[in-house]
Amino acid sequence: MLAKRIIPCLDVDHGRVVKGVRFLEIRDAGDPVEIARRYDREGADEIAFLDITASVDDRDTMVHVVEQVAGEVFIPLTVGGGVRTLEDIRRLLNAGADKVSINSAAVARPEFVQEAAERFGSQCIVVAIDAKQVGPHPTASPPWPRSPQREKANVRWEIFTHGGRKPTGLDAVEWARRMVDYGAGEILLTSMDRDGTKQGFDLELTRAISEAVPVPVIASGGVGNLQHLADGIIEGKADAVLAASIFHFAEYSIREAKGYLAARGIEVRV
Amino acid sequence: MSSVAIIDYGMGNLHSIAKALQHADPEVSVAVSDDPDVILRADRVVFPGVGAIRDCMHALARRELIPVLKQAAAAKPFLGICLGMQALLDESEENQGTRCLGLIPGRVVRFTEGLTDGSGGALKIPHMGWNRVDPAGDHPLWHGIGRGSWFYFVHSYHAWPAENEDVAATTEYSAPFASALAHGNIFAVQFHPEKSQETGLRLLANFLKWNPVQ
Repeated sequence: MLAKRIIPCLDVDHGRVVKGVRFLEIRDAGDPVEIARRYDREGADEIAFLDITASVDDRDTMVHVVEQVAGEVFIPLTVGGGVRTLEDIRRLLNAGADKVSINSAAVARPEFVQEAAERFGSQCIVVAIDAKQVGPHPTASPPWPRSPQREKANVRWEIFTHGGRKPTGLDAVEWARRMVDYGAGEILLTSMDRDGTKQGFDLELTRAISEAVPVPVIASGGVGNLQHLADGIIEGKADAVLAASIFHFAEYSIREAKGYLAARGIEVRV
Repeated sequence: MSSVAIIDYGMGNLHSIAKALQHADPEVSVAVSDDPDVILRADRVVFPGVGAIRDCMHALARRELIPVLKQAAAAKPFLGICLGMQALLDESEENQGTRCLGLIPGRVVRFTEGLTDGSGGALKIPHMGWNRVDPAGDHPLWHGIGRGSWFYFVHSYHAWPAENEDVAATTEYSAPFASALAHGNIFAVQFHPEKSQETGLRLLANFLKWNPVQ
Protein backbone atom coordinates (compact mmCIF):
# COMPACT_ATOMS: atom_id res chain seq x y z
CA MET A 1 0.00 0.00 0.00
CA LEU A 2 1.10 3.54 -0.68
CA ALA A 3 2.85 5.04 2.35
CA LYS A 4 1.84 8.36 3.87
CA ARG A 5 4.71 10.77 3.47
CA ILE A 6 6.54 12.97 5.97
CA ILE A 7 8.08 16.04 4.37
CA PRO A 8 10.39 18.40 6.26
CA CYS A 9 10.40 21.90 4.82
CA LEU A 10 13.37 24.24 4.73
CA ASP A 11 13.12 27.99 4.25
CA VAL A 12 16.04 29.19 2.17
CA ASP A 13 17.19 32.80 1.90
CA HIS A 14 20.13 33.59 -0.39
CA GLY A 15 21.13 29.94 -0.39
CA ARG A 16 21.08 29.60 3.40
CA VAL A 17 18.57 27.80 5.56
CA VAL A 18 16.90 30.29 7.87
CA LYS A 19 14.46 30.02 10.78
CA GLY A 20 17.28 28.30 12.61
CA VAL A 21 17.84 24.63 12.38
CA ARG A 22 19.19 23.40 15.69
CA PHE A 23 20.89 20.07 15.39
CA LEU A 24 23.71 19.63 17.81
CA GLU A 25 25.75 17.52 15.48
CA ILE A 26 25.45 19.80 12.49
CA ARG A 27 28.34 22.18 12.21
CA ASP A 28 26.79 24.59 9.76
CA ALA A 29 23.12 24.96 10.62
CA GLY A 30 22.55 27.11 7.55
CA ASP A 31 23.87 24.69 4.96
CA PRO A 32 20.96 23.28 2.94
CA VAL A 33 23.02 20.33 1.67
CA GLU A 34 24.08 19.22 5.13
CA ILE A 35 20.54 19.53 6.51
CA ALA A 36 19.00 17.75 3.55
CA ARG A 37 21.51 14.93 3.94
CA ARG A 38 20.57 14.59 7.59
CA TYR A 39 16.83 14.46 6.86
CA ASP A 40 17.46 11.91 4.13
CA ARG A 41 19.36 9.69 6.58
CA GLU A 42 16.57 9.99 9.12
CA GLY A 43 14.07 8.70 6.60
CA ALA A 44 12.36 11.81 5.19
CA ASP A 45 10.17 10.79 2.25
CA GLU A 46 10.72 14.02 0.41
CA ILE A 47 12.27 17.40 1.13
CA ALA A 48 10.60 20.73 0.41
CA PHE A 49 12.53 23.94 -0.09
CA LEU A 50 10.84 27.29 0.10
CA ASP A 51 12.89 30.08 -1.44
CA ILE A 52 12.12 33.21 0.57
CA THR A 53 14.78 35.34 -1.11
CA ALA A 54 13.16 38.69 -1.68
CA SER A 55 15.13 39.90 -4.67
CA VAL A 56 14.59 38.34 -8.07
CA ASP A 57 18.29 38.75 -8.92
CA ASP A 58 19.23 36.13 -6.38
CA ARG A 59 17.10 33.33 -7.81
CA ASP A 60 20.19 31.69 -9.28
CA THR A 61 21.32 30.85 -5.77
CA MET A 62 18.35 28.55 -5.28
CA VAL A 63 19.13 26.74 -8.53
CA HIS A 64 22.64 26.04 -7.24
CA VAL A 65 21.30 24.81 -3.92
CA VAL A 66 18.98 22.38 -5.70
CA GLU A 67 21.83 21.19 -7.91
CA GLN A 68 24.04 20.46 -4.92
CA VAL A 69 21.33 18.70 -2.92
CA ALA A 70 20.20 16.63 -5.91
CA GLY A 71 23.77 15.42 -6.38
CA GLU A 72 23.82 13.85 -2.94
CA VAL A 73 20.29 13.17 -1.79
CA PHE A 74 18.30 10.67 -3.82
CA ILE A 75 14.75 11.32 -2.69
CA PRO A 76 12.19 13.65 -4.28
CA LEU A 77 12.77 17.38 -3.92
CA THR A 78 10.04 19.99 -4.15
CA VAL A 79 11.00 23.61 -4.62
CA GLY A 80 8.73 26.62 -4.25
CA GLY A 81 8.86 30.35 -3.69
CA GLY A 82 8.92 32.92 -6.45
CA VAL A 83 8.11 30.49 -9.27
CA ARG A 84 6.55 32.80 -11.89
CA THR A 85 7.60 31.72 -15.36
CA LEU A 86 8.01 28.53 -17.38
CA GLU A 87 11.70 29.36 -17.48
CA ASP A 88 11.84 29.38 -13.64
CA ILE A 89 10.33 25.88 -13.67
CA ARG A 90 12.61 24.59 -16.39
CA ARG A 91 15.71 25.73 -14.55
CA LEU A 92 14.65 24.18 -11.25
CA LEU A 93 13.73 20.86 -12.88
CA ASN A 94 16.98 20.79 -14.80
CA ALA A 95 18.86 21.45 -11.58
CA GLY A 96 17.33 18.33 -10.08
CA ALA A 97 14.02 19.39 -8.53
CA ASP A 98 11.29 16.79 -9.03
CA LYS A 99 8.39 19.11 -8.39
CA VAL A 100 7.94 22.85 -8.24
CA SER A 101 5.25 24.53 -6.26
CA ILE A 102 3.39 27.52 -7.64
CA ASN A 103 1.59 29.86 -5.28
CA SER A 104 0.92 33.55 -5.95
CA ALA A 105 1.70 33.26 -9.68
CA ALA A 106 -1.30 30.90 -9.92
CA VAL A 107 -3.55 33.39 -8.17
CA ALA A 108 -2.30 36.20 -10.41
CA ARG A 109 -2.82 34.15 -13.57
CA PRO A 110 -4.42 30.70 -13.20
CA GLU A 111 -3.58 29.78 -16.81
CA PHE A 112 0.06 29.68 -15.78
CA VAL A 113 -0.64 26.37 -14.03
CA GLN A 114 -2.20 25.03 -17.23
CA GLU A 115 0.78 26.08 -19.31
CA ALA A 116 3.20 24.60 -16.78
CA ALA A 117 1.37 21.25 -16.62
CA GLU A 118 1.15 21.04 -20.40
CA ARG A 119 4.82 21.78 -20.83
CA PHE A 120 6.32 19.74 -17.97
CA GLY A 121 3.57 17.28 -16.99
CA SER A 122 1.20 17.36 -14.02
CA GLN A 123 3.49 15.08 -12.02
CA CYS A 124 5.87 17.95 -11.30
CA ILE A 125 3.38 20.77 -10.79
CA VAL A 126 2.33 21.37 -7.20
CA VAL A 127 -0.06 24.21 -6.44
CA ALA A 128 0.49 25.75 -3.01
CA ILE A 129 -2.67 27.08 -1.42
CA ASP A 130 -2.62 29.42 1.58
CA ALA A 131 -6.10 29.40 3.07
CA LYS A 132 -7.78 31.13 5.99
CA GLN A 133 -11.16 30.53 7.53
CA VAL A 134 -13.57 33.37 6.72
CA GLY A 135 -16.99 32.20 7.82
CA PRO A 136 -20.00 30.71 6.12
CA HIS A 137 -20.21 30.03 2.45
CA PRO A 138 -22.49 32.59 0.77
CA THR A 139 -24.64 29.86 -0.75
CA ALA A 140 -24.84 27.81 2.45
CA SER A 141 -28.03 27.50 4.43
CA PRO A 142 -28.46 30.05 7.26
CA PRO A 143 -26.58 29.04 10.39
CA TRP A 144 -29.64 28.53 12.60
CA PRO A 145 -30.86 26.87 14.62
CA ARG A 146 -27.31 26.69 15.90
CA SER A 147 -25.69 23.28 16.11
CA PRO A 148 -22.08 22.15 15.81
CA GLN A 149 -22.87 20.24 12.60
CA ARG A 150 -24.46 23.28 11.06
CA GLU A 151 -21.59 25.52 12.01
CA LYS A 152 -19.17 23.03 10.57
CA ALA A 153 -21.15 22.77 7.38
CA ASN A 154 -21.13 26.50 6.96
CA VAL A 155 -17.45 27.03 7.47
CA ARG A 156 -15.55 28.28 4.44
CA TRP A 157 -11.98 29.19 3.65
CA GLU A 158 -10.55 31.80 1.37
CA ILE A 159 -7.23 32.00 -0.47
CA PHE A 160 -4.86 34.61 0.92
CA THR A 161 -1.60 35.83 -0.55
CA HIS A 162 1.31 37.87 0.83
CA GLY A 163 1.85 35.64 3.83
CA GLY A 164 -1.82 35.62 4.76
CA ARG A 165 -2.32 39.39 4.65
CA LYS A 166 -4.11 39.79 1.34
CA PRO A 167 -7.53 38.21 0.74
CA THR A 168 -8.36 37.22 -2.82
CA GLY A 169 -12.06 36.43 -2.58
CA LEU A 170 -11.33 32.92 -3.94
CA ASP A 171 -13.00 30.02 -2.13
CA ALA A 172 -10.30 27.50 -1.18
CA VAL A 173 -12.22 24.34 -2.10
CA GLU A 174 -13.34 25.71 -5.46
CA TRP A 175 -9.83 26.99 -6.12
CA ALA A 176 -8.27 23.61 -5.36
CA ARG A 177 -10.68 21.92 -7.78
CA ARG A 178 -9.93 24.47 -10.45
CA MET A 179 -6.17 24.10 -10.02
CA VAL A 180 -6.49 20.32 -10.46
CA ASP A 181 -8.61 20.86 -13.58
CA TYR A 182 -5.79 23.06 -14.84
CA GLY A 183 -3.28 20.26 -14.30
CA ALA A 184 -1.94 20.50 -10.75
CA GLY A 185 -0.65 17.06 -9.80
CA GLU A 186 -0.62 17.72 -6.07
CA ILE A 187 -1.90 20.37 -3.63
CA LEU A 188 0.27 21.80 -0.86
CA LEU A 189 -2.28 23.18 1.57
CA THR A 190 -1.30 25.59 4.33
CA SER A 191 -3.70 26.89 6.95
CA MET A 192 -2.74 30.50 7.57
CA ASP A 193 -4.75 30.37 10.80
CA ARG A 194 -2.59 27.57 12.14
CA ASP A 195 0.79 28.28 10.59
CA GLY A 196 3.33 28.82 13.36
CA THR A 197 0.83 28.17 16.17
CA LYS A 198 1.79 24.56 16.99
CA GLN A 199 -1.90 23.84 17.58
CA GLY A 200 -2.16 21.24 14.82
CA PHE A 201 -3.47 21.32 11.26
CA ASP A 202 -6.84 22.83 10.42
CA LEU A 203 -8.36 19.37 10.03
CA GLU A 204 -11.66 20.48 8.56
CA LEU A 205 -9.91 22.49 5.89
CA THR A 206 -7.55 19.61 5.13
CA ARG A 207 -10.38 17.14 4.86
CA ALA A 208 -12.54 19.49 2.77
CA ILE A 209 -9.76 19.91 0.21
CA SER A 210 -8.60 16.29 0.30
CA GLU A 211 -12.11 15.03 -0.36
CA ALA A 212 -12.69 17.61 -3.08
CA VAL A 213 -9.75 16.72 -5.33
CA PRO A 214 -8.53 13.45 -6.89
CA VAL A 215 -4.82 14.32 -6.48
CA PRO A 216 -2.68 13.96 -3.34
CA VAL A 217 -2.88 16.69 -0.70
CA ILE A 218 0.02 17.71 1.55
CA ALA A 219 -1.16 19.21 4.83
CA SER A 220 0.86 22.08 6.27
CA GLY A 221 0.69 24.69 8.99
CA GLY A 222 0.44 24.20 12.74
CA VAL A 223 2.26 20.98 13.59
CA GLY A 224 3.42 21.04 17.22
CA ASN A 225 3.64 17.36 18.08
CA LEU A 226 3.46 13.89 16.58
CA GLN A 227 -0.22 13.44 17.28
CA HIS A 228 -0.89 16.38 14.98
CA LEU A 229 0.79 14.49 12.13
CA ALA A 230 -1.42 11.45 12.72
CA ASP A 231 -4.54 13.65 12.97
CA GLY A 232 -3.73 15.26 9.63
CA ILE A 233 -3.59 11.86 7.99
CA ILE A 234 -6.43 10.09 9.79
CA GLU A 235 -8.93 12.93 10.28
CA GLY A 236 -7.71 15.37 7.66
CA LYS A 237 -7.27 12.57 5.09
CA ALA A 238 -3.99 14.11 3.96
CA ASP A 239 -1.67 12.01 1.79
CA ALA A 240 1.42 13.68 3.19
CA VAL A 241 2.28 15.94 6.10
CA LEU A 242 4.73 18.79 6.01
CA ALA A 243 6.40 20.27 9.05
CA ALA A 244 9.31 22.54 9.77
CA SER A 245 10.02 23.55 13.33
CA ILE A 246 9.35 20.26 15.13
CA PHE A 247 12.05 18.65 13.03
CA HIS A 248 14.42 21.61 12.77
CA PHE A 249 14.63 22.07 16.51
CA ALA A 250 15.09 18.33 16.92
CA GLU A 251 12.03 18.13 19.15
CA TYR A 252 11.32 14.96 17.25
CA SER A 253 13.32 13.12 14.65
CA ILE A 254 11.67 11.92 11.47
CA ARG A 255 12.37 8.38 12.57
CA GLU A 256 10.43 8.97 15.81
CA ALA A 257 7.59 10.53 13.85
CA LYS A 258 7.39 7.49 11.61
CA GLY A 259 7.49 5.13 14.56
CA TYR A 260 4.59 7.03 16.08
CA LEU A 261 2.53 6.98 12.88
CA ALA A 262 3.21 3.26 12.40
CA ALA A 263 2.02 2.59 15.96
CA ARG A 264 -1.17 4.46 15.08
CA GLY A 265 -1.73 2.03 12.22
CA ILE A 266 -0.61 4.36 9.44
CA GLU A 267 1.47 2.89 6.61
CA VAL A 268 4.86 4.60 6.52
CA ARG A 269 8.16 3.83 4.83
CA VAL A 270 10.63 2.65 7.46
CA MET B 1 35.89 1.63 -18.21
CA SER B 2 32.27 0.70 -18.62
CA SER B 3 29.90 3.29 -20.04
CA VAL B 4 26.21 4.08 -19.82
CA ALA B 5 24.22 6.43 -22.06
CA ILE B 6 21.05 8.14 -20.87
CA ILE B 7 18.83 8.89 -23.84
CA ASP B 8 18.10 12.63 -23.93
CA TYR B 9 15.00 13.49 -25.91
CA GLY B 10 13.93 16.56 -23.97
CA MET B 11 11.54 14.76 -21.61
CA GLY B 12 12.27 15.25 -17.96
CA ASN B 13 14.97 15.49 -15.45
CA LEU B 14 18.03 13.60 -16.60
CA HIS B 15 20.36 15.29 -14.17
CA SER B 16 19.04 13.19 -11.25
CA ILE B 17 19.43 9.92 -13.13
CA ALA B 18 22.95 10.81 -14.24
CA LYS B 19 23.93 11.74 -10.67
CA ALA B 20 22.37 8.62 -9.22
CA LEU B 21 24.14 6.33 -11.73
CA GLN B 22 27.42 8.07 -11.01
CA HIS B 23 26.78 7.67 -7.30
CA ALA B 24 25.89 3.99 -7.73
CA ASP B 25 29.22 3.40 -9.46
CA PRO B 26 31.79 6.22 -9.47
CA GLU B 27 33.90 4.25 -11.99
CA VAL B 28 31.31 4.21 -14.75
CA SER B 29 31.31 6.83 -17.48
CA VAL B 30 27.85 8.43 -17.71
CA ALA B 31 26.76 10.31 -20.85
CA VAL B 32 23.46 12.15 -21.34
CA SER B 33 22.99 12.25 -25.07
CA ASP B 34 20.75 12.22 -28.15
CA ASP B 35 23.68 11.34 -30.39
CA PRO B 36 23.08 7.90 -32.00
CA ASP B 37 26.83 7.17 -31.99
CA VAL B 38 27.15 7.80 -28.26
CA ILE B 39 24.04 5.73 -27.51
CA LEU B 40 25.06 2.80 -29.68
CA ARG B 41 28.66 2.82 -28.46
CA ALA B 42 27.70 2.75 -24.78
CA ASP B 43 27.81 -0.57 -22.93
CA ARG B 44 24.43 0.11 -21.36
CA VAL B 45 21.48 2.36 -22.11
CA VAL B 46 18.98 4.06 -19.82
CA PHE B 47 15.71 5.29 -21.29
CA PRO B 48 14.01 7.67 -18.83
CA GLY B 49 10.93 9.82 -19.26
CA VAL B 50 8.24 11.81 -17.53
CA GLY B 51 5.18 13.55 -18.91
CA ALA B 52 2.65 12.44 -21.50
CA ILE B 53 3.18 9.47 -23.83
CA ARG B 54 2.24 11.25 -27.06
CA ASP B 55 4.81 14.00 -26.42
CA CYS B 56 7.34 11.29 -25.65
CA MET B 57 6.73 9.40 -28.90
CA HIS B 58 6.76 12.67 -30.90
CA ALA B 59 9.99 13.78 -29.27
CA LEU B 60 11.64 10.44 -30.08
CA ALA B 61 10.43 10.58 -33.68
CA ARG B 62 11.47 14.19 -34.16
CA ARG B 63 14.99 13.39 -33.00
CA GLU B 64 15.02 10.24 -35.15
CA LEU B 65 15.81 8.18 -32.09
CA ILE B 66 13.30 5.34 -32.56
CA PRO B 67 15.56 3.10 -34.70
CA VAL B 68 18.52 3.88 -32.42
CA LEU B 69 16.50 2.96 -29.38
CA LYS B 70 15.29 -0.29 -30.92
CA GLN B 71 18.80 -1.21 -31.94
CA ALA B 72 20.12 -0.53 -28.44
CA ALA B 73 17.26 -2.44 -26.81
CA ALA B 74 18.00 -5.45 -29.00
CA ALA B 75 21.70 -5.56 -28.23
CA LYS B 76 22.66 -4.37 -24.74
CA PRO B 77 21.45 -4.05 -21.14
CA PHE B 78 18.61 -1.57 -21.41
CA LEU B 79 16.73 0.09 -18.54
CA GLY B 80 13.42 1.88 -19.07
CA ILE B 81 12.25 4.17 -16.28
CA CYS B 82 8.69 5.47 -15.70
CA LEU B 83 7.42 6.78 -19.05
CA GLY B 84 10.49 5.08 -20.53
CA MET B 85 8.95 1.80 -19.35
CA GLN B 86 5.49 2.54 -20.70
CA ALA B 87 6.87 3.52 -24.11
CA LEU B 88 8.32 0.01 -24.52
CA LEU B 89 4.90 -1.65 -24.75
CA ASP B 90 2.70 -1.89 -27.86
CA GLU B 91 0.30 0.93 -27.08
CA SER B 92 -1.00 3.21 -24.34
CA GLU B 93 -4.51 4.38 -23.48
CA GLU B 94 -3.12 7.83 -22.74
CA ASN B 95 -3.88 10.70 -25.15
CA GLN B 96 -6.82 8.82 -26.72
CA GLY B 97 -4.61 5.89 -27.62
CA THR B 98 -0.94 6.16 -28.56
CA ARG B 99 1.13 3.69 -30.51
CA CYS B 100 4.33 2.87 -28.61
CA LEU B 101 7.57 1.06 -29.44
CA GLY B 102 6.31 -2.53 -29.23
CA LEU B 103 9.44 -3.96 -27.64
CA ILE B 104 7.49 -5.73 -24.90
CA PRO B 105 4.06 -7.20 -25.76
CA GLY B 106 1.22 -5.52 -23.90
CA ARG B 107 -0.58 -2.26 -23.24
CA VAL B 108 -0.52 0.69 -20.88
CA VAL B 109 -3.77 1.44 -19.04
CA ARG B 110 -5.00 4.12 -16.64
CA PHE B 111 -5.66 3.38 -12.99
CA THR B 112 -9.41 2.90 -12.71
CA GLU B 113 -11.15 6.00 -11.29
CA GLY B 114 -13.41 5.70 -8.29
CA LEU B 115 -11.45 3.00 -6.46
CA THR B 116 -10.99 3.22 -2.72
CA ASP B 117 -7.97 2.72 -0.51
CA GLY B 118 -7.80 0.42 2.52
CA SER B 119 -9.61 2.89 4.80
CA GLY B 120 -12.44 3.57 2.36
CA GLY B 121 -11.13 6.93 1.09
CA ALA B 122 -11.02 7.68 -2.63
CA LEU B 123 -7.87 6.39 -4.27
CA LYS B 124 -5.74 9.32 -5.41
CA ILE B 125 -4.50 9.53 -8.98
CA PRO B 126 -1.62 10.06 -9.74
CA HIS B 127 -0.23 7.21 -7.67
CA MET B 128 2.38 9.42 -6.02
CA GLY B 129 4.77 8.51 -3.24
CA TRP B 130 6.53 5.47 -1.78
CA ASN B 131 5.07 2.05 -2.28
CA ARG B 132 6.26 -1.51 -1.79
CA VAL B 133 7.66 -3.55 -4.65
CA ASP B 134 7.49 -7.34 -4.65
CA PRO B 135 10.04 -8.84 -7.03
CA ALA B 136 8.77 -11.81 -9.03
CA GLY B 137 11.60 -14.28 -9.46
CA ASP B 138 15.29 -13.68 -8.92
CA HIS B 139 16.35 -11.34 -11.70
CA PRO B 140 19.94 -10.04 -11.22
CA LEU B 141 18.59 -6.48 -10.87
CA TRP B 142 16.89 -7.48 -7.61
CA HIS B 143 20.13 -8.68 -6.05
CA GLY B 144 20.13 -7.49 -2.41
CA ILE B 145 16.63 -6.00 -2.71
CA GLY B 146 14.08 -7.84 -0.60
CA ARG B 147 10.39 -8.42 -0.97
CA GLY B 148 8.34 -5.36 -0.05
CA SER B 149 11.17 -2.85 -0.57
CA TRP B 150 10.08 0.76 -0.92
CA PHE B 151 10.39 2.69 -4.17
CA TYR B 152 9.15 6.12 -5.21
CA PHE B 153 6.36 6.32 -7.81
CA VAL B 154 4.60 9.12 -9.73
CA HIS B 155 2.24 7.98 -12.47
CA SER B 156 -1.39 7.70 -13.56
CA TYR B 157 -0.98 4.88 -16.10
CA HIS B 158 0.63 1.48 -15.68
CA ALA B 159 1.83 -1.40 -17.82
CA TRP B 160 -0.41 -4.37 -18.58
CA PRO B 161 1.97 -6.85 -20.21
CA ALA B 162 0.53 -9.59 -22.40
CA GLU B 163 2.88 -12.24 -21.02
CA ASN B 164 2.93 -13.05 -17.33
CA GLU B 165 6.55 -14.09 -17.59
CA ASP B 166 7.54 -10.50 -18.44
CA VAL B 167 6.37 -9.28 -15.01
CA ALA B 168 9.47 -8.68 -12.87
CA ALA B 169 7.67 -7.14 -9.90
CA THR B 170 4.24 -6.16 -8.68
CA THR B 171 2.96 -3.36 -6.46
CA GLU B 172 -0.42 -2.94 -4.75
CA TYR B 173 -2.45 0.15 -5.43
CA SER B 174 -5.98 -0.96 -4.69
CA ALA B 175 -5.10 -3.93 -6.91
CA PRO B 176 -1.70 -5.32 -7.92
CA PHE B 177 -0.09 -3.90 -11.05
CA ALA B 178 3.19 -4.67 -12.86
CA SER B 179 5.74 -2.26 -11.38
CA ALA B 180 8.70 -3.81 -13.22
CA LEU B 181 9.10 -5.79 -16.44
CA ALA B 182 11.94 -7.99 -17.66
CA HIS B 183 12.19 -9.11 -21.25
CA GLY B 184 15.55 -10.47 -22.44
CA ASN B 185 18.12 -7.73 -22.02
CA ILE B 186 15.42 -5.14 -21.30
CA PHE B 187 14.50 -4.28 -17.72
CA ALA B 188 11.89 -1.63 -17.08
CA VAL B 189 10.57 -0.03 -13.92
CA GLN B 190 7.56 2.16 -13.27
CA PHE B 191 9.13 3.70 -10.17
CA HIS B 192 12.05 6.10 -10.00
CA PRO B 193 15.18 4.29 -8.77
CA GLU B 194 17.04 7.62 -8.92
CA LYS B 195 14.64 8.96 -6.26
CA SER B 196 14.34 5.82 -4.16
CA GLN B 197 17.28 6.35 -1.83
CA GLU B 198 19.56 3.41 -1.02
CA THR B 199 17.29 0.77 -2.54
CA GLY B 200 17.08 2.70 -5.80
CA LEU B 201 20.86 3.15 -5.92
CA ARG B 202 21.22 -0.58 -5.31
CA LEU B 203 19.02 -1.36 -8.32
CA LEU B 204 21.04 1.04 -10.48
CA ALA B 205 24.29 -0.53 -9.27
CA ASN B 206 22.87 -3.96 -10.15
CA PHE B 207 21.98 -2.68 -13.62
CA LEU B 208 25.53 -1.40 -14.12
CA LYS B 209 26.86 -4.88 -13.32
CA TRP B 210 24.24 -6.82 -15.27
CA ASN B 211 25.42 -8.91 -18.19
CA PRO B 212 22.38 -10.61 -19.67
CA VAL B 213 22.99 -13.75 -21.68
CA GLN B 214 22.37 -12.88 -25.30
